[in-house]
This record gives sequence, structure tokens and C-alpha cells, in this order.
Amino acid sequence: MMMQPTRCTNDKPGDPGYEEHLAAFEARVGRGDKVEPGDWMPCEYRQQLIRLIHVHANSEICGALPEGGWIPHAPTFKRKLALCAKVQDEVGHGQLLYRAAETLGKSREEMIEELINGKAKYSNVFHYHAKTWADVCVIAWLIDAAAIVNQTMMADGSYGPYGRALKRICYEEAFHLTHGYDMCISLATGSKVQREMLQDAVNRWWEPIMMFHGPSDKESKHTEQLMKWRIKLMTNDEQRQTFLKKYLPKMLNLGLTVPDPNLHFDEATKEWRYTEPNWKRFLEVVRGNGPASALRLATRRMAHEEGAWVRRALAAAQAGDKVPMPTAA
Amino acid sequence: MSTDTQWRVFEVFHQQSRGEPHIHVGSVHATDGESALLMAKEQFGRRQACVNMWVVPADAITETAYEDADIFEHGTDKSYREAFGYETTKRARAIGDTRDI
Ligand SMILES: [Fe+2]
Ligand SMILES: [Fe+2]
Repeated sequence: MMMQPTRCTNDKPGDPGYEEHLAAFEARVGRGDKVEPGDWMPCEYRQQLIRLIHVHANSEICGALPEGGWIPHAPTFKRKLALCAKVQDEVGHGQLLYRAAETLGKSREEMIEELINGKAKYSNVFHYHAKTWADVCVIAWLIDAAAIVNQTMMADGSYGPYGRALKRICYEEAFHLTHGYDMCISLATGSKVQREMLQDAVNRWWEPIMMFHGPSDKESKHTEQLMKWRIKLMTNDEQRQTFLKKYLPKMLNLGLTVPDPNLHFDEATKEWRYTEPNWKRFLEVVRGNGPASALRLATRRMAHEEGAWVRRALAAAQAGDKVPMPTAA
Repeated sequence: MSTDTQWRVFEVFHQQSRGEPHIHVGSVHATDGESALLMAKEQFGRRQACVNMWVVPADAITETAYEDADIFEHGTDKSYREAFGYETTKRARAIGDTRDI
């Protein structure tokens, strides 16, 4: 049997031998060694990774929804092809990540169910509506950019299967980012209406984008442990700074403004200063109370139900039964 | 809870061009080999060159344990298994053989 999650024993504080196991584990991880599915790992390491990868996978799946809805309305055939390809990539990323999480002992079935039932979280940014074509451009450029900052960092993390999935994902994200920037350049150098449309999208998306990397380090309860075990290699605030340093100058160069009067570059610390996002609102949104949360889950559920006949047909074909025809809902 | 999305795991190997070895690229869930190939083509064949793909049920694979990785460690010098472990060129020159060995 390969890659089967083995529940390791004595993996909780207080268990016999836990401290020795933990010391060896932390020494290995500290050396930059990778952890593979069959290895001993602390129960907490396993649980934290399952939680993170599950949320990440859900975000890829839900992230395809606002963009997918725009495929029929893409302005040109080339943009339509690119958007189709991006949406397919995002769903593929979800599948790769469910598989990576599965090596830790949670079944894909369970993860899919928990998303549909609204029990599992997904990224804050996909709880909002994509109102105009400019929203699609801003998502593809800036949200994918923010995701790339996170994913390239996580790709060097300590868990082998997650890192491998992320390296493949980052390769495809390079296309999403380039195409997203390309679309934003088109709007920013276009007509007055196009420029206003882009600015309007930036105004609406700025707060969710600033929230994307998660609560500030002061409020983030898991960060210290996650960094010690090299699951994460940067804090949330460090990721936000990396994003701002690279992409804010590009936004300003496009003639865009950002709806934050406090935003400025602090020459002394060489960091961007900004209004702290409202983290209470962030938590509300990721708990499923964002403007588009209900729509996202309803769409996801509908896709799952409408695809049921395909899954039944595959199962029947494998069992050698007569393949059932799709039934009208 | 429905159980129709779990399926078996298949490991996927692709060959980028004839003459190259098949390389492991990841895994997919599928009901059988045929549908696994379909999934694998969508998941791993969207961009890069590929002339051939294998899918193997994950449970058909036997693997070593990482904790036994020391079985691959070399306790002794293994240079006698390598061409570089020999000074034969020097010796051949000494007996008048100036060609490649
Ligand atoms: Fe993605
Ligand atoms: Fe993406």
C-alpha cells in the first residue's frame, strides 16, 4: 500500500514517548527535511495541516465560481478561452489539494461534504460578488497575486505532499497572474468607461484583498506553532507586506488609486502602513455571512447534485451494471 | 452522507516523449483504470507534452518505509562499483595504450 495515511501512535502531549518523538520531529523539520505521509508527526501538526489544506482546496473550488459565471460574457474569444483555462486550473488545484489533505487521514468525501454543508471554510475573497468584467480582471490579477505570495511560501513548507501539489499549482498560477495583469492593462489604458470600471472594482475589492492573508500577527492564534513546524514560513503580516511591496507600485503605475487614506510607504521601516482591516467583519464573512456566501454554496451544491448521474454511471460501469440514464431533477 | 465521490486512488505517470522514462506526476480518484486515465488526462495533460500515460491503483504499489531508509545507506566505500574508482587510464598509458578506454 502506498501513501496510506497511517495514524501514528503516542502523538499527543502526555502520551508515553511523545517528548522524544517530538524532539526528533522538530529537529528534522528544523533541518529543512520534509515530512512524508507514513512518518510520525504530532497529532496537532496533522490536524493543523488538514485544516489549512482543506480550506485551501475549498477556496480553489469556490474561487472558480465567480469567474466561471463570467465565461459566457467574456469580451473577446481569446479572453473567453483564457478564462475557461483558468477556471479549469482552479478546479484542478482543488482536486490536487483534497488529495494532499487525504494523505493525512481525512477522506476527500468528508471534505467535499463539509464544504457543501457549510461546515468548512473557504477564502474570504470568494464570499463577494463579481459584479462587472473589471471584477474578473481584478480577481485574476490581484487575488491570484496575493495567492501566489502565499502559495510559493507554503510550497517550501515541511509537508511533502502539500509542497509537491503547490509547486504544480504555482506553475499554473503564473499564467493566471500574467493574464490577469494583461486584462487590467487593457482596462487601464482603455476608454474612460473602462478606466472607471477598473477603479470601481479596485475600490470594492481593496478591503477583501487586504484581508486575504488573514488576521494580523497580533490576532493570529496559530502562527507561532505553524512557523515552528515550518508549515508556514511567513506570518500573515509579512505576506501582506510582500504583496504590497510588489503590486502596489504596479497599481499606482496603472493610474489606480487605493481607497485607504492612511496608506503610505514608511521610509524608516521600509514598509507600507495601512488602515488595519476590520477583523471582526473578516470572521463574519468567512463564517458564511458574506454578500455572496449563500449563492456560492447553492451553486456548489447544485453542481454536485447535477453531476450525481455521472458518478452513478461510473460506479455502475465499474460494477458491470447497466449504466443509468440521467434522471430529470 | 453519500459515498459516491470517494473512489479509488490511482497514481499517475506520464512520458513526455518517446524514449524518455515515465515520471510520477500525482494521483487521481477514479472508479477504474479507464476513468482514471480520463481524469489524469484532464488533470495532468492540460499543458505539458505527453505521449503516454500510466495509471496504477495506489493499493497495488508496495513501498519501503521511510524509517527503514538506512537500508539504502552505504556502510562501506562503494567506489569499486564505479568507473571513477579505478586509475586504469594512467595504467593503460604506462603500457603504451594512448586510446580511449
Ligand atoms: Fe489556484
Ligand atoms: Fe489562480
